[in-house]
Amino acid sequence: MTDPTVTLAHGNGGRAMQDLITGVLVNQFQPQGPTVLEDQARLPLAELLTLGDRLAFTTDSFVVDPIFFPGSDIGALAVNGTVNDLAVSGAIPCYLTCALILEEGLPMDTLRRVVESMARAAQQAGVTIVTGDTKVVPRGGADKLFINTAGIGVMRSGVTPAATQLQPGDVVLVNGPIGNHGAAILVARGELALETDLQSDCQPLHGLVEAIVAVCPEVRAMRDATRGGLATVLNEFADSAQVGIRLLEEQLPVEAAVEGLCELLGLDPLYLANEGKVVVVVPPDRAAAVLAAMRSHPLGTHSQIIGEVTQGSGVYLKTGFGTERIIDRLVDDQLPRIC
Amino acid sequence: MCLGIPGQILEITDGEQKLAIVDVGGVRRGVNIACIVDEDHPVESCLGDWVLVHVGFALNRIDPEEAQITLDMLEEMAALQATLADPPFGPIPAQG
Amino acid sequence: MKYVQEFRDPQKAQGLLAAIRALGDQLTAERPGPIKVMEVCGGHTHAIFKYGLEALLPPTVELVHGPGCPVCIMPRGRLDDAIALTQYPSVILTTFGDVMRVPGSRQSLLQAKAAGADIRLVYSPLDALEIAAAHPDRQVVFFAIGFETTAPSTALTVLQAERQGIENFSLFCNHVLVVPALEALLSHPNLQLDGFIGPGHVSVVIGARPYQVIAERYHKPVTISGFEPLDILQSLGMVLRQLAEGRCQVENQYTRLVQATGNPVALAAMARVFVVRDQFEWRGLGDIPASGLRMHPAYARFDAEAKFTLPHGQVADHRACACGEILQGVKKPWDCKVFGTACTPEHPLGACMVSSEGACAAYYKYGHGRPHPAPPPRRLAQV
Repeated sequence: MTDPTVTLAHGNGGRAMQDLITGVLVNQFQPQGPTVLEDQARLPLAELLTLGDRLAFTTDSFVVDPIFFPGSDIGALAVNGTVNDLAVSGAIPCYLTCALILEEGLPMDTLRRVVESMARAAQQAGVTIVTGDTKVVPRGGADKLFINTAGIGVMRSGVTPAATQLQPGDVVLVNGPIGNHGAAILVARGELALETDLQSDCQPLHGLVEAIVAVCPEVRAMRDATRGGLATVLNEFADSAQVGIRLLEEQLPVEAAVEGLCELLGLDPLYLANEGKVVVVVPPDRAAAVLAAMRSHPLGTHSQIIGEVTQGSGVYLKTGFGTERIIDRLVDDQLPRIC
Repeated sequence: MCLGIPGQILEITDGEQKLAIVDVGGVRRGVNIACIVDEDHPVESCLGDWVLVHVGFALNRIDPEEAQITLDMLEEMAALQATLADPPFGPIPAQG
Repeated sequence: MKYVQEFRDPQKAQGLLAAIRALGDQLTAERPGPIKVMEVCGGHTHAIFKYGLEALLPPTVELVHGPGCPVCIMPRGRLDDAIALTQYPSVILTTFGDVMRVPGSRQSLLQAKAAGADIRLVYSPLDALEIAAAHPDRQVVFFAIGFETTAPSTALTVLQAERQGIENFSLFCNHVLVVPALEALLSHPNLQLDGFIGPGHVSVVIGARPYQVIAERYHKPVTISGFEPLDILQSLGMVLRQLAEGRCQVENQYTRLVQATGNPVALAAMARVFVVRDQFEWRGLGDIPASGLRMHPAYARFDAEAKFTLPHGQVADHRACACGEILQGVKKPWDCKVFGTACTPEHPLGACMVSSEGACAAYYKYGHGRPHPAPPPRRLAQV
């Protein structure tokens, strides 16, 4: 594998493509067994059955720009994003796919870096990337590279979180400061000529979720607050269960630099993306135990109770002044503003 | 209108063009400081200034003494809340 | 954050609120209806809704949300002109995020961008100038919006372009002026306002003096205010205090940033680069004399309106829209027939629904179109 850049030949099914698959992808992802190069992954059912009683199955595509950003990159994001979508169902993530759409001319070193990052992230999350696909599009047909991952996990018996189960009185928690990923990406794009020490919070949540369901298998709902931020997840929750949610502004964890960025650009951290934050809703009598379990996990040391489920509808934020304001769904992406 | 936010001048990057780096809660950005420079306050003395930042310009310096006076007045009000003999909005005529 | 957090302390609001209640009671003892105070500036409107300050006020005191949002008052014809600029193949149009979604008569800048126009979002006009320096083969136009707060920044950017000899940079100038707009409101026979909370950041530039006309000719008190919740409550109290004492003066709550004469460097830059237009159209308010800025003839080479041919179409406001009356304090957003139905933040018909600082958008976003919940019961009767 000595080509300096990706060419259309790497997607045409011939020798160059074979070299790419074996030399870059299989070499890194290290799926096991004699059928590795077949057209499909073959998964042992009996092993999966020892972990739980249902499968969770999800897919997500990753087109982030820039592809490398403070704290992470598109490769780790593609693994963690799908791992987290599985984990928040209460599942143990097991297998991932990896489909790459590469732009002709992409430096091979860039691709290697991304694939290595995917492999590291998969190892950290305890999943194996077992099958995939590679396409190359002419220059300009895609922006550098896009990744799609699908994932399969096994759902632990007796754990059935779902947004429809929220009940008035339930307690809402989050595992740390919000908005870091969205803020880091905004700065990394460079258009606003800003500099911060902010890092994306991109991380796999399976371990934290394990700690949560260990103390509270009856957890009502869990969701990772990615695009659209915390506000979007809470609105989805409230709509699904036809309840209201009241947030406490003074309890919301926001890092100083995220707050500074939001003040400067007129943005709201509630709507900024996260890539390692899970919103958890639990019955009131389990809140203390869950908070303690979350805080004793490395990815949850800054966990907070941020609100409660109420009668009614919609998401409200109780300000420090004792007043309430509606936290609506986002109409459109937040744009920096001057007025 | 007019989102403006306090920041502190960290570094003068180009004295001639009056450009500096300002820090807003850990976010750093290049700003033009022409509006806060005059004979009594040359470029070099802007280092460490707290300024109002708006669209990449330092529009004015924040007067720490005046800020303290406003805060003291707010403190006073909070303390007076119980008694409230005289709602203390002392007239502050705009100078000039 | 220093100079921010300490002015957001809810503990310190109680004293201010008690005083506002007392003054409100005193002032309405012998007149019907509440005292109406307009916060002129959209930044104040934003803060009032963000912190829910209206719900803290007694029923005797009402805030009226003013025309101080340069995005809301941008007439559709000017947006059409901006979009027309992007049809020149050489042009890169640069602007602030605020105007990207504002509808013109056919499309918004965001839609024009999606259709292929080269439109770039910037944080500062200086960034637009950098784009011009990096693309000498293109014409970089900065779509300049904003009140006197923002105008010095674009003026200083033009002066820098001149110094650096960057000739492929120009302004599409849409700067507007606060005091003429207030005078237009004050001249209206239907006006129902008792006083004003003055725009703090505009005043950083122009100073406190230009508001004298409001106090002297129109006999309304003005208090120039900072933007944090305690600033706003304190300023409201100061306006009420003036009313209670029968005074109509220009007072300054924002003393940490506002001086009587404003910022001389900013004013000088504006005077050099801009001249006042005979009139400018405000969405919802119509033509207002001497309320906008255009490029000084000496800087015509940096004037997009001189460099390019533009349609300059006039597009009438929507007939059912009550923005004009809302801005005068005669109507509340929910009194408007189309509020929340035909007119929403996704599809705004009127100026006040356009940006998040407009009164209608704020009520829609934070109150879901409902009148505000009843204020808490009064704890103090009269002092």
